[in-house]
Amino acid sequence: MNENTNATEQRVPDGLADAGRRSFLGSAAGIGAAAVAPGVVLHTVANAAPRTTPVDDSHRWGMLVDTAKCAEGCSACVDACEVENGLDLQDMPEDADPIKWENQRATWIRKVKLQDNQSGRVTNLPLMCQHCEHPPCVDVCPTGASFKRADGIVMVDRHICIGCRYCMMACPYKARSFIHEVVERKLTRAPRGKGCVESCNLCAHRLDDGEISTACADACAAEGHQAIIFGDLKDPNGPLRKALGETSNRQIRQDLGLNTGVRYANL
Amino acid sequence: MHRIVYREWRLEPSKYWGLIAILGAIVAAGGAAALYMEHHGHYVTGMTNSVVWGTPHVFAVFLVVAASGALNVATVGSVFGRFAYKPMARLSGLLAAALMVGGLLIVVLDLGRPDRLVVSMTTYNFSSVFAWNILFYTGFIAIVIGYLWTMAERKGNPYTKPVGVFAMVWRLSLTTLTGSIFGFLVARQAYDTAILAPMFIAMSLAYGFAIYMLVMMFAFEGDRRPIGPEAMKRMKNLLGLFVAVVLYFTLIYHLTKLYGAKNDAVEHFILIGGGIYTLMFWFGWILIGCLVPMGIIFHPVLSQSRDWIAAAAGLVIVGGLAAMYVIIIGSQAYPIEMFPGKTVLEFGTAGDIGGAVAAYTPSIPEIILGVGGLGVAMLITAVGIRVLQFLPESLADHIVDPHMKPEPVAEPELV
Repeated sequence: MNENTNATEQRVPDGLADAGRRSFLGSAAGIGAAAVAPGVVLHTVANAAPRTTPVDDSHRWGMLVDTAKCAEGCSACVDACEVENGLDLQDMPEDADPIKWENQRATWIRKVKLQDNQSGRVTNLPLMCQHCEHPPCVDVCPTGASFKRADGIVMVDRHICIGCRYCMMACPYKARSFIHEVVERKLTRAPRGKGCVESCNLCAHRLDDGEISTACADACAAEGHQAIIFGDLKDPNGPLRKALGETSNRQIRQDLGLNTGVRYANL
Repeated sequence: MHRIVYREWRLEPSKYWGLIAILGAIVAAGGAAALYMEHHGHYVTGMTNSVVWGTPHVFAVFLVVAASGALNVATVGSVFGRFAYKPMARLSGLLAAALMVGGLLIVVLDLGRPDRLVVSMTTYNFSSVFAWNILFYTGFIAIVIGYLWTMAERKGNPYTKPVGVFAMVWRLSLTTLTGSIFGFLVARQAYDTAILAPMFIAMSLAYGFAIYMLVMMFAFEGDRRPIGPEAMKRMKNLLGLFVAVVLYFTLIYHLTKLYGAKNDAVEHFILIGGGIYTLMFWFGWILIGCLVPMGIIFHPVLSQSRDWIAAAAGLVIVGGLAAMYVIIIGSQAYPIEMFPGKTVLEFGTAGDIGGAVAAYTPSIPEIILGVGGLGVAMLITAVGIRVLQFLPESLADHIVDPHMKPEPVAEPELV
């Protein structure tokens, strides 16, 4: 760099055109360095972040939903998920049927209200992908786009999803959504495109950044309900295992033997 | 037995090009419909996150299943050695391949990402029935083309039987896998039963053979080739048998479901309270698709008329589409039972359906795409029989059966 600078200085008297050329090259080098440097720095930072560690099976992420604590009329978990995963950025096409659209837009989590046929007891609960140990959606996906990570999170590889919707046929929980429209606005952490299928991924971007939480569980806690406890099913001393040990709980469609990562108490 | 002479289809040019123009227009409309849906996204269709497979799949599965059944005539001829069916085998192979191409095109064009077709052919998850189907469907076309070669090329003749046996095993596996696409789905109450696999085989035999009969009768009528009354009788009786088998499996399917109390609600939905799906089941699948055709086929007077036999074959096809509509769409419209013993009062937003019957109305583009697939199959067949020697000169009884005496009616090649 110094040699070049000296050479430029020595050649100035040789002609203005040459000086201009040298000056341009110098500027270009400077701009180039300025453009590359942050990338190098970011790359270094990224390498230091938890994302570089491959996901392994030392964890299995899951949840316990205590339906007794899930408040009627509260939609904090749904609203938080919508913002966290850019679902609120979906625009209804102008000529779409508004009621049908509600069954066409992507929904990762929904509030469900049930009434027992015998006793009349009403139960509220959030329903999302149950992150099965043996997920039917993964079994049926022809390309392997629907997959289960080593840490138990079931998600869709948007690069190889062909949009056949067989996973939606197979899911017992109506957890999956097909993108029925052209998507203009989306978040980097939740890239969304027409023609692919998606569902709750337990806020995998947070976990991959080392943050052990999900938007829905945080929102529920912020409302003071504490109905959703998120954690590691494999951590014997963690809050999730502790809660599971203290409360009798069950899986939705337990008869299917899917061993879901999401469990429900008082259901 | 007379030597069987095959000739290109000699329909008058004006009629032939008129037919090609009509089929071409249907295919073009199907392509335009697919383009429209892909450009805007599936929100323009009747499909939702509840009913994820719509009318295109009704046509696609029907055509794929019928493709397997259309090969039946060739199988009966070359595998089971029934000489009377041998002259009809080439058309059977052509039609089978054409129907498969039509069905596959619909499936591909209805994908969310049809541009990723190459992904589906290079990235396989072998625990998926669908992945196996991709191999079996494309393999079917290749095998049928090879099968046709053994029939048409003298050097290939010795291989007709082994290739025929292989093709038969392949297509029975194929239909089993197609039924299993639905049968293996444990989540949905109307599916989750192994009987769908043999039921689909029975359906393939009936629907494929009905299409075969109509195409053959239309083509033979077109350039006045004779079909003997015995040949006609054999075919209509075989169709009647296939339809009876469909009826049998339908009965067993519903009895199996009805026996367990857990499926009472879904059976009530399909058989009694499901509105359009109940109507489609009783009037489409059972009455129009099975009982009326059987009534015609085994009626002492009506069964003597070729028009009535053609009508019976047509009704089997209409009933088959109705059956597919009930199986594919009715089963999705019925809510997935997640909470037995409980009533779902709310499920997300008002239009986000769960615990209640999902609405589905077929959109025009969906129907056009489905009909377009059928158009592709018919176009391939119409061009194929015109340019290559697929059709025998005559199916007069004494030509195909050495034990029969020539009929008093004049045969073109004898005149």
